[in-house]
Amino acid sequence: MSTILETRGLTYVYGAGTPFERTALDHVDLKIQKGEILGVIGHTGSGKSTLIQHFNGLLKPASGEVLLDGQPIWNEKGKCARETRFRVGLVFQYPEYQLFEETIARDIAYGPTNMKLPQDEIDERVRESMDAVGLDASLASQSPFALSGGQKRRVAIAGVIAMRPDVLVLDEPTAGLDPAGRDEILSLVKRYHDQSGATVLIVSHSMEDIARLANRLLVMNHAKILFCDTPREVFSHAEEIVAAGLDIPMITKVMLELKKRGHAVDTSVFTVAQALEALRACKRKEAAH
Amino acid sequence: MLKDITIGQFFPGDSAVHRLDPRVKIVLTIVFIIALFLAGGPVSYAAVIAFLAVVIGISGISLRLVVRGLRPVLFIIAFTAVLNLFYTPSATGEYLWQWGFLHISWEGVKVAFFMVLRLMLLIIATSMLTYTTSPIQLTDGLERLLSPLKKLHAPVHELSMMMSIALRFIPTLIEETEKIISAQKARGADFDSGNLIQRAKAMIPILVPLFISAFRRADELATAMECRLYRGDVGRTRMKQLHIERVDICACVIFAVVIGAVIALGRYGL
Repeated sequence: MSTILETRGLTYVYGAGTPFERTALDHVDLKIQKGEILGVIGHTGSGKSTLIQHFNGLLKPASGEVLLDGQPIWNEKGKCARETRFRVGLVFQYPEYQLFEETIARDIAYGPTNMKLPQDEIDERVRESMDAVGLDASLASQSPFALSGGQKRRVAIAGVIAMRPDVLVLDEPTAGLDPAGRDEILSLVKRYHDQSGATVLIVSHSMEDIARLANRLLVMNHAKILFCDTPREVFSHAEEIVAAGLDIPMITKVMLELKKRGHAVDTSVFTVAQALEALRACKRKEAAH
Repeated sequence: MLKDITIGQFFPGDSAVHRLDPRVKIVLTIVFIIALFLAGGPVSYAAVIAFLAVVIGISGISLRLVVRGLRPVLFIIAFTAVLNLFYTPSATGEYLWQWGFLHISWEGVKVAFFMVLRLMLLIIATSMLTYTTSPIQLTDGLERLLSPLKKLHAPVHELSMMMSIALRFIPTLIEETEKIISAQKARGADFDSGNLIQRAKAMIPILVPLFISAFRRADELATAMECRLYRGDVGRTRMKQLHIERVDICACVIFAVVIGAVIALGRYGL
């Protein structure tokens, strides 16, 4: 697999030169593979939102660089090509608050219009992205403000998908939704990933949600990368994750507790099916002794 | 760019300036502004500047912050300076420089200089008031000062409540605006190119969400206030009563002496 996004020594400081100075990113080296789903986890203030705003050039690194397809996104003159914004689509937290147009179709078309695409291409993309997020085509001419919260969020996500980004970055896409809405959003993200083959980054502080979805997990802590590996590998360090103040999936907690009580179980599991398997293996081992 | 807005910002502290009664601070600030316009010459201005410097020193507010407060009004100050510089007629008919209808007289230079100084001191003095007084104290003080007007059925309480809510929401709305700008930029919004009309149009994707969220917040706040049985001024008591303390009396006395001296010096044209 080839690398699509890469950061080298990425450092960012908020409020440099004021009493409120704070390092949000501290020499972050990261490689994101083409076509993967990467889950980004960290508690509030760990630097995850700052990190993703560097991927499309919204924030300029204090030092270090960001490479898209091996090319630095900031040129020597300190400019970032607008094309980067279209290639790395960023959906912010609570994206429904950015809707502004009179109709849903026109709001989704805002990104493609900024790309200066021909009208028929724009129409095609609006239709396609409404379909991708499960919005009925009959809604196209309605006002986005008449929709429910969950549906508004889908419109906002469709607005970014319509730019057909190579990398789709979602910042807390499930924040403030009920369990059903959360599952719907996550499954549509998964479906979009499988159909389009785009690279997807999901930021969350809920391990439970993204452990199942992601191929790899990036755990941020105090402006640095704590772990970046497969979920299985990351959860084998469950104790350290808990020590960093992060939550781990419920089932991993159960396994940790069993281990503490003297059973030699595998603590790197994060789904019930895996846990079952691990427990059976453990039982066999204990019976053999 | 939005970070430069320091209006209504408050920097908590425990200095004598912070501890003054807000009513005293408001009245003294107004008196100070009046004195600024009665000061006549270099000596009285020097006294005013020295006095303000001492107040800033006591308050512990950093000088950089004080200067930053001037940035948003820089244009008005420059505009005033240019107007005064070119349009003050000379008393003696002598000009330092002349070109067509433009001329600079020695008086013009003097007037422009003092006008700029006056404006800068005015802004600094008023921002010292907001820097050292929390918005709640400020509106509380204002309401108490204006309370005689209640007899004339002026909605003093409502006005001060509106003001404190407005001040409270300035930082929130700035943060919100920055978020919306980032979100629209991520969708390829371009605010920096095109002609004036195109640029004005580019603001719509920011303004519509901002207004919607401001209305939503207002609605939520109104509900929250109603849930806590807010019904205006009638029968409302205060958690923190305002009392005139020794430090307030001391401040008033010092102020009276300095301002008296400045006005006296001003009368003699010093």
